[in-house]
Amino acid sequence: MTTQAQQSAVERMLRHHEIEQFLTHEASLYDERRYNEWLDLLTDDIRYYMPMLRNVKFGEHERELTREMEDLNWIDEGKDILTKRIEQILTGVHWAEEPLSRIVHVITNVLIEDDRGDEVDVKCKFVTYRNRVETETDLFIGRREDTLRMVDGWWKIARRKVILAQSVLLAKNLTLLF
Amino acid sequence: MTTLKQSFLQGYVDKENYTVSRQVYVNDEIYRLEQERVFARVWLFIGHESQIQKPGDYFVSRMGEESVIMTRDRQGEIHMHRGMKVCRYDEGNTPVFTCPYHGWSYALNGSLVGVPYYKEAYHSELKKNEWGLVEVAQLCNYKGTIWATWDAKAPTFEEYLGDTKLYYDILVDSRDGSPGGSEAIGGVQKWRTGANWKSAAENACGDGYHNISHRSVDMVGIGPSGGKGRRDDETGGSRRLAISTPEFGHGALTGEQLDDYPWTPAYLNDPEVAEWAEHCYYERQRNLGKLARVLGGVGNIFPNMSYWSRQPRRMVVWHPGGGPQQSEYWSWFLVDKNAPDKVKEMLRHYGLRYSGPAGLTEQDDMENWNYASKASNGVIASRQPYNYQIGKGRFNKNDHLPGHVVEGMSEMNQFGMYSFWAELMDAESWDDLFEKRERREYEEGKA
Repeated sequence: MTTQAQQSAVERMLRHHEIEQFLTHEASLYDERRYNEWLDLLTDDIRYYMPMLRNVKFGEHERELTREMEDLNWIDEGKDILTKRIEQILTGVHWAEEPLSRIVHVITNVLIEDDRGDEVDVKCKFVTYRNRVETETDLFIGRREDTLRMVDGWWKIARRKVILAQSVLLAKNLTLLF
Repeated sequence: MTTLKQSFLQGYVDKENYTVSRQVYVNDEIYRLEQERVFARVWLFIGHESQIQKPGDYFVSRMGEESVIMTRDRQGEIHMHRGMKVCRYDEGNTPVFTCPYHGWSYALNGSLVGVPYYKEAYHSELKKNEWGLVEVAQLCNYKGTIWATWDAKAPTFEEYLGDTKLYYDILVDSRDGSPGGSEAIGGVQKWRTGANWKSAAENACGDGYHNISHRSVDMVGIGPSGGKGRRDDETGGSRRLAISTPEFGHGALTGEQLDDYPWTPAYLNDPEVAEWAEHCYYERQRNLGKLARVLGGVGNIFPNMSYWSRQPRRMVVWHPGGGPQQSEYWSWFLVDKNAPDKVKEMLRHYGLRYSGPAGLTEQDDMENWNYASKASNGVIASRQPYNYQIGKGRFNKNDHLPGHVVEGMSEMNQFGMYSFWAELMDAESWDDLFEKRERREYEEGKA
């Protein structure tokens, strides 16, 4: 019994480590501008949903986020448009990213919510820094809810929900993904 | 002591050379004065009636820097009041607004209904009817879009639209040309930028000359029919027009077909949407006759409400954001209320990938507007005014369409916007503006 419990705890730690490594690796690919490798980490049926937040009365928090596939959101799309975003950066004439911004994703507070073997729901927090041209600097802080899926022996991202902790977006644009 | 020049029309907007001083984007005094002389005077867009469908529904909006609450009362009437800051929510439904500081509460029509310690502190002598929320002077529900002004002397909204009405109608009318019938998709995108509010307004007012900005999105292609480009092209065989309404500073960029053309296939990503769009196209020809040849485009209703009446169909208010180089942009998307759900969903998705801070097209606009604003600072920069000479002297007085029509590219729309802006800045009131204009025109006629 004891051994089994210990094993299971160790297994959980290994699993956590594996997931954390994956998310760290993913963020590194983006920050190192290895965009096509980053795209390869998304499943073909990925849903990427980044709602807007409203100020609502206490007790009405179910209305706080704009709804996926229904309302306006910051981003609400699949792999086709995510691919276009990357292709746009790679044109070299996407002025909002030319010269390229310096982007740093800090991913932390990784928490496995549900482990179904070949699919994992994982929450984390992000602190994302964007600095461009000379002094222009934005800080995006929020939380993320991802679903990772095992495809051909390695993890891919099948769903991402990005909740930026702002109602009015305090940046002039969103040229980056989280 | 003010350091401003005596006349805006002479000192900042040069009608002989078609140039505008860079000061209008960066000067603090100008910014403060325009809150009073522009934003407290003209008609401003507040929101869409579909945002407040039920009695008690409210939406908190802005007029210039001021917070206002748009409400629907028990009788279904729409009201607009100053609301700083009895309501800290963006929208919702309530019977009453209560200020969290001293607890005064206000009904949906703005009247003061509750005062704590009314007897003990005020001895029941406070005249509640004099202390309601400040109501706007005029309100207009124009085909579902809600507009208001603080100035009782302002022209009516339809007078204010003037010649630009025909072009604005293309935004607010149904795709089949029947009047009104739009609704706003849920949610308003709000974001802050480091540009003067006029940078974005003048872009939508008339800038058809900045296509290089959008080269990257055209290369990757996000249009509703696939392939390269960011829109379907339905402008074949039409003349390209820039139409200014200089009386009130509005501008529109549009096209007019030279004949009743058959449908140019569009929205081909989805056959159902394409079929709906084709149906609407022919219905519009049937409903509007020759006027259906006027196509949708982009425009700005002075001062700061810009619209895209075609692809994507959308309106944005460029709010002044607390200083000459700060703004807050608010964006709505419209669809026909009676369009099939699949059409609405397709248009929502297209709008999101095109516009707003994350839109593949507009990301680049924000970059340009911010740096154009920044480039207005500096001693040497300030010696060099901005140039608006495209289309100078090309205004065709005999064109059959309303407004000052220029064929091809033109910056007369933007220049018309700045000229009216300068007239407002020079005037003590609406009456004064019209008197000064009459005198100037008389003197120009004499010379």
